[in-house]
Amino acid sequence: MNVIAALWLRQLKRYARSKARVIGALGQPLLFLLGLGFGLGPIFQKAGQGNYIQFLAPGIVAMTVLFTSVFSGIELIWDRQFGFLKETLVAPVSRLTIMLGRVLGGATVAVLQGLVVIVVSYAAGFRIVDWTGVPLALLFMALMAILFTSMGTAIASMLTDFQGFQLIMNFLVMPLFFLSGALFPLRDLPPALNVVVRFNPLSYGVDGLRGALTGVAFFNPALDITVLIAVAALLLFLGGYLFSRIQL
Amino acid sequence: MPSMIQVEHLVKNYGTFTAVDDISFDVEAGEIFAFLGPNGAGKTTTIKILTTLLKATSGTVAIDGLDPTTNQNEVRKRFGIVFQDPSLDDELTAYENMDIHGVLYKVPRRVRSERIEGLLKLVELWDRRNDRAKTFSGGMRRRLEIARGLLHTPKILFLDEPTLGLDPQTRNHLWTHVRKLNEEEHVTVFLTTHYMEEADRVADRMAIIDHGRIVAQGSPAELKTQTGSETLEQAFLTLTGSSIRDEEASPLDRMRNMSRLWRRR
Repeated sequence: MNVIAALWLRQLKRYARSKARVIGALGQPLLFLLGLGFGLGPIFQKAGQGNYIQFLAPGIVAMTVLFTSVFSGIELIWDRQFGFLKETLVAPVSRLTIMLGRVLGGATVAVLQGLVVIVVSYAAGFRIVDWTGVPLALLFMALMAILFTSMGTAIASMLTDFQGFQLIMNFLVMPLFFLSGALFPLRDLPPALNVVVRFNPLSYGVDGLRGALTGVAFFNPALDITVLIAVAALLLFLGGYLFSRIQL
Repeated sequence: MPSMIQVEHLVKNYGTFTAVDDISFDVEAGEIFAFLGPNGAGKTTTIKILTTLLKATSGTVAIDGLDPTTNQNEVRKRFGIVFQDPSLDDELTAYENMDIHGVLYKVPRRVRSERIEGLLKLVELWDRRNDRAKTFSGGMRRRLEIARGLLHTPKILFLDEPTLGLDPQTRNHLWTHVRKLNEEEHVTVFLTTHYMEEADRVADRMAIIDHGRIVAQGSPAELKTQTGSETLEQAFLTLTGSSIRDEEASPLDRMRNMSRLWRRR
C-alpha cells in the first residue's frame, strides 16, 4: 500500500474510533446554530433578509471545517514529540509524502465533520435548496479543509510547544471566522470591514458553500473556487516547506 | 568483526555551546553497546546525529559504512529506533501499529504479516494483537515499540532510555527480551540508560560521556577496574563527579510535564 494512502487511512480510523471527539466537536456548532440562529432570527427576518437559520447554517458548517482543519494541523506539535508522527520522521520516506498524507487525512476528517453538521442543521430547520449543488458544496468543503489543514501544519511546524496556541486561536482562527461572512451578509458592510472580509479566504469558502447549498451567493462561484485553490496551493507549498525543516 | 557504527572526531555546536566535543567510538556488529552519561552530557545529540535527525558540525560518522547525511534513506533502512518518548498510535491496534510501520519501510506484504506474527510472539503480544495500544501498560508499549523497530530487519536497534518510568519487574523483563532479540535477530543494540546495574547486566561494552566528551569506554569489568570501583554506579560517579546537573526546562520538558498530567496511566 502506498504511504500517503496508509497515513490517510490511519486518520480516518482514528476518527471513526473516537466517538467522544465527534460528539464533542459538535457542541460549538450546535451552540452557534441554536443560540445565534434562533436568537437573531427574528431581527434578521424583520430586516428583510429572510430565514436566518437558512443563511447561517452554511457558515457554521464552514466554521466546523475551519476549526477541525486547523486543529488537526496544530496537533502536529504534540504528535511529533509524543505521538506517532515521530515514527514517520525517521522512516525512509520523504517529508513531503508524510505531510501530504497528514494533510489529506486531516482534511478528510474535517469534511466528514462538516457533513455531520449539515445533518444536524437539518434538525434546526435548515434545508438544502438544490441537491444538484451538493457536489459543488463538497468541493468547497474539501478546498477549505485542505487550505486550513495546511495553514495549521505550517504554523505548527514553527512552534516548539503549545505556548503560542492561545495566541493563534484568538488572533488568527477566531478573526478568520468572525470576519468571514459566516454570521452576516457581505452586502453593505462598512468600508473597513469590507476590505478585511475580501482578504479573508474563508469568506470565499463560506460564500461558495452557501451558494451551492441555498442558491444565494455574494461572489461569483468561479471567483470563490479560484481564490480557494490559489490560497490552498500557496499554503500547502509553505506548509510542506516548513514541515520539511522540522528538527526533532 | 567490521564496525557497525563508527564515529570519529564528532563535534556538534549549537551557536557557541558545544554539545558534543570531539568524540570517537566504534560499535562492533552484533554487540550490545551502552552509551551512558548524566543529563545534558550529549547522549541525545549523539543519537540524533547517528539516526539522521541532526547534522554534525564536523567529524565523520559511518552507519554500516554509510554516511547518515549523504545516504539518509539507506541509513534509515538499516536501523530501528525506540524513542525516549512514546511514538505509538494509541487509537490503532498493536497489529495496525506494526503494519503501518511495514508500509513506511516498504516491507513486502507477504513478509510483513509473517514478521509481524513472529515478532509479536517474541515480545509476547500476539494474543493482544487486536487490542488498541492505548489499553497497554508502559511495559507492553515498550515491547511493542521494540518489536515494531525490528520489523524491517534492521542491522542496528537504537534504544533511548527504554526503561524510563517502568517498574523493576518490567525493566528486568524488557532487558531479557532485548538480549533474546540481540541473539535471535543478530541485531546490534545501541542503548542509553540511567540505570547502571542494567547497563552492567546487559551491555557488552559501553562509553561514558560527560560535558560532550567521552571520559571512558570499555567493558563493564574494565571500567570497574580502571576506576577501582566495585559497582558500575560507583565507577560512573568517579568518572562524572557527583554534582547534580540542573538544566533549564526546554520547551520539550514543558511538554513532557504536560503529557504526564494528561496521561491516564
